[in-house]
Amino acid sequence: MAPLARRLFDSAASNVDDWMTSKLGEEFNARLGRVPLNLTATGVDPFGMDPQWTKYALASVALLHRHYFRTEVSGAENIPSSRVLLIANHSGQIPMDAALIGASLFMDVEPPRFMRAMVEKWTQTLPFVSLLFSRVGQVVGVPENAKHLLTNEEALLVFPEGIRGISKPFSKRYQLADFGLGFMRLAIETRTPIVPVAVVGGEEQYVSLGNFDGLAKLLRAPNIPILPQLLLPFGALPLPTRYRIHFGEPMRFGGDPDDDDAVIEEKVFLVKATIQSMLNRGLKTRKSIFF
Amino acid sequence: MAIDAPTRPRSDPPASLRPAPLPRGLGTVLVTGACGRLGKRVVRLLHRERPVVGVDRRPFPDKPKDVRHEQVDIRRKKLKDIFRSEPIEAVIHLGVMHDPRASQAEHHSWNVAGFQKLLEYVAKFDVPKLVVLSSSNVYGPQPDNAQFLNEDAPLLGGARFGEIRDLIEVDMLAQGFFWKHPGTETVILRPVHILGRVHNAASNFLRLPTIPTLLGFDPMIQVINEADVVRAMRCALAPGKRGIYNVAGPDPLPLSHAIRILRRPSLPVPYTLGKAVLKRLWSFRLTTFPAPELDHIRYVCMVDDRRAREELGYKPEVAIDDTVKSVDDA
Repeated sequence: MAPLARRLFDSAASNVDDWMTSKLGEEFNARLGRVPLNLTATGVDPFGMDPQWTKYALASVALLHRHYFRTEVSGAENIPSSRVLLIANHSGQIPMDAALIGASLFMDVEPPRFMRAMVEKWTQTLPFVSLLFSRVGQVVGVPENAKHLLTNEEALLVFPEGIRGISKPFSKRYQLADFGLGFMRLAIETRTPIVPVAVVGGEEQYVSLGNFDGLAKLLRAPNIPILPQLLLPFGALPLPTRYRIHFGEPMRFGGDPDDDDAVIEEKVFLVKATIQSMLNRGLKTRKSIFF
Repeated sequence: MAIDAPTRPRSDPPASLRPAPLPRGLGTVLVTGACGRLGKRVVRLLHRERPVVGVDRRPFPDKPKDVRHEQVDIRRKKLKDIFRSEPIEAVIHLGVMHDPRASQAEHHSWNVAGFQKLLEYVAKFDVPKLVVLSSSNVYGPQPDNAQFLNEDAPLLGGARFGEIRDLIEVDMLAQGFFWKHPGTETVILRPVHILGRVHNAASNFLRLPTIPTLLGFDPMIQVINEADVVRAMRCALAPGKRGIYNVAGPDPLPLSHAIRILRRPSLPVPYTLGKAVLKRLWSFRLTTFPAPELDHIRYVCMVDDRRAREELGYKPEVAIDDTVKSVDDA
């Protein structure tokens, strides 16, 4: 029984591989071979990232990236090939922005990178979700993990707005919420360049009228948005807005990572202002939300 | 964090009372819990290099000829006579009871009161070296653990799982001793899950004919072969070494890979169901795994062993496949 199941599984996997190649081009496989990896003897990295899982996750995100959201990427040459901290605006109720930044880091940046991101602690208590996150290289959001990844020369994505950013109602779209200070201390301590990232298109994928705070508290979820479009047929899918991702020029900061909040805040403000002006420029040049 | 305590010139005991001590690094080692599976390994490794005294309340029938074995309970006064009879250069404390079925009171009295007695004599007789075997379990598996915990991480292992509080208390007592008695080089070793012929929860779990897992969870784990733990203890005995050290084996791996190496079937169970069943089995005394230990196959509890590698010069030698397979060694 088991060998038969295995053969069926293997043939299904090779069919999927063929289909992926036809949709994404040979280039996808060529890129996979060029990603710098840091694997242990058991075929996963110390954080549990498995290149096999990551390949399929990236392929499905790459399809969305190319064919559903038709992402326009600019400034890809600004990403250094060593350690880098990507600081982006967070939007869209579900972290599609993280997935698409990850896809562009793999599809549009040279050399291709497997992006690492930090996830909320409570996701670790969810079955399957915690497993998937860990296998595709997403790690628990604690400073020690971030430091560890950066010293391993990885590309790390951080949304300093956190949950405040992703759960913005439609009326607050493209207005950056308060930034946390942790990323700046991290960048200074590990001497990591910061690449500001502006994502335009995410805010319109779900139109949120607000949040059910009481219900979220009851379910111990960070937030539950009010989304009228869920009542429409296929409304659970995000709207096919066109994403525009712009990578800004790397910013480097020096000084003492343990400085007073006021000093760190000034530096954070510089990054925030850069992202906000990149967003404003992106919105001004955009002719249509969907095309 | 490297803890550098100020060194203090040691006041030598009156020479007339004691025989001349052997040169540092070759003196007598006292091993508590010498008759456990790990204890026997330690004794067998060390007796070839230096005199060894085993202490355990169990008999040691197949002991090497040149090893002196004292069948005493470490809570008894008789322990003092051993310290008095010959100069002890180092104490290795392995005698921690971890029997999930023994009563809380018995656990506490053995593990904590017994260890306090031992510390008292180590201080009184100016023993130059103390090695305490703690465990990485003192950090405890938590959803918000850093992937690699260093020695400064808080000891939260007891938050959900009360039975480990003794072990945390032993670790804390050893830390307190480290600061109060700078004349004794205290080393606390916190190894990850020890695998081999030992009968601890991790080895027993991997020895099950069908290994239950939690549906949708597959945390990264670290394991270490018992031989590597013994090697780490020998590194810790070297003069000049002191402090707290996490000790890990070869590279970490997902739990599912470990099960694959063993070629055993696994049975994924939803967490709530698994917990309810395990609680029931436990209350009928049908299992040796208490339900809160399920967190070990749910969340990460891994350590950063860089300090042990750099400062103790410790390096695991058993490869990951052999480490995992060693649970089946007869």
